[in-house]
Amino acid sequence: MRHATRIIRYQLRDIARNKWILAYAVVLGVLTEALFRLGGDGGRVVLSLLNVVLIFVPLVALTFGTLYLYTAREFIELMLAQPVGRGAMFAGLWAGLTGPLAAALLGGIGVPFVLHAGAMPVPARSLAMLLGTGVLLTASSTAIAFVLALRFEDRARGFGAAILAWLLAAVVYDGLVLLVATVFRDRPLETPLLVLTFLNPLDLGRVLLLLDLDVAALMGYTGAVFHHFLGGPLGLAVAGAALLAWIAGPLAAGGRRFARKDF
Amino acid sequence: MTSPIEARNLTKRFGRLEVLRGVTLALAPGRITGLVGPNAAGKSTLIKSVLGLVKPDGGSLHVLGHRVNGDERYRRGLGYMPQLAAFPENLTGAEVLEMLADLRGPGTPQDRSLLSAFGLEDQLGKPVRTLSGGTRQKLSAAVAFLFTPRLLILDEPTAGLDPVAAGIFKAKLAERRAAGAAVLLASHTLSELEELADDLVFLLEGQVRFQGPVADLLAQTGEQRLERAVAALMTEGGR
Repeated sequence: MRHATRIIRYQLRDIARNKWILAYAVVLGVLTEALFRLGGDGGRVVLSLLNVVLIFVPLVALTFGTLYLYTAREFIELMLAQPVGRGAMFAGLWAGLTGPLAAALLGGIGVPFVLHAGAMPVPARSLAMLLGTGVLLTASSTAIAFVLALRFEDRARGFGAAILAWLLAAVVYDGLVLLVATVFRDRPLETPLLVLTFLNPLDLGRVLLLLDLDVAALMGYTGAVFHHFLGGPLGLAVAGAALLAWIAGPLAAGGRRFARKDF
Repeated sequence: MTSPIEARNLTKRFGRLEVLRGVTLALAPGRITGLVGPNAAGKSTLIKSVLGLVKPDGGSLHVLGHRVNGDERYRRGLGYMPQLAAFPENLTGAEVLEMLADLRGPGTPQDRSLLSAFGLEDQLGKPVRTLSGGTRQKLSAAVAFLFTPRLLILDEPTAGLDPVAAGIFKAKLAERRAAGAAVLLASHTLSELEELADDLVFLLEGQVRFQGPVADLLAQTGEQRLERAVAALMTEGGR
């Protein structure tokens, strides 16, 4: 643990100075500011940022995370030649990468909201949900990225797998859910759909945010079922726990692979 | 006195490829052991096994008296210089040194003589990404000697160093040897090994084909120069 926190401290210093992380924060900031200038109030801007957090943020975390682990290979070897355990090194790498990515997200989106706070009311709860979900999705995506980078020796294959994972979660999965809903339309599907939602962190994030933004009515009867389950404190806690499981699961898998890996 | 590196019947396989096939060797303290062999002979895998980066499939490996089994503490006494120096690009040289010292805990004695001998102190405030390849290699050498290791693992250490820096490096190596440190030095530059190495380990197809003093190898092959003696071993091994 002592080693892990020390590695995290230096990792944070290194990655916080990475130009791509800075560019990521600037892009998010410019986008948020542009949405404000296009006449949106705080609530509308949060709604417009929904897909940015659900689509763009996991894509950045997955691809950056995968490439990062490949480029850090020699550095990892050097560190593992020091009196440092593999568990501490893995934890340090993951937290040291996730921290700056999450900070870029919080800063990029948060700063324009703070700047406009005097002029219009800030939907604090919705913004907190948006940023909280974004941070959890970042943490989950970097953990999945590490699993993929450790699974594939070849950088191109690992990067391809990361893009494929994102496509599956962000695009294909919804199609599959729709297919299931269409094929089994004569049967009660609320529970299976709820289960399917928990199996994809992006879907889970989407449902949580839609419910919070009170646009669940657009989702029809299913939305009502989700609202019934996820709208209450228990549902919210279960959904939060599921998102945390989407961090813990890949982290455990990645950590196991890292511990056994030949470098 | 225990051997700094003691390997018995070490085996390692990557898929179908058997890289180490029963490697048995022992290094002596206070001596520089050259590790030679053609490409794909298993040198890197052997070095990485000693460092704990590669997990052998079979046999036993003791480094500095500890069995290598996942416990990282034995590496406190170990200095490593890889062929390619890689540090976090956005940290400064000073931060890299601070990080490595921090990992070993406060109060760990440091030998910073190579930093000053290489004239690196002026460069330590710059981010690593702005340093030239040679300067990074000098930093890597300084890191390897920083904690006065009892065992040094050096992989082609002088490949990126200019002649002056290489001279300083060799003098430092001799100093550590005199202090009783063991050195495993992998190099393709046989003239350098001839100059530095006391002993030689020759690996071929994952097996140790020769281990002993350089003088014994020269006598065994009847050659005057190490280059020709190693060539003779390779020819012999190929038959």
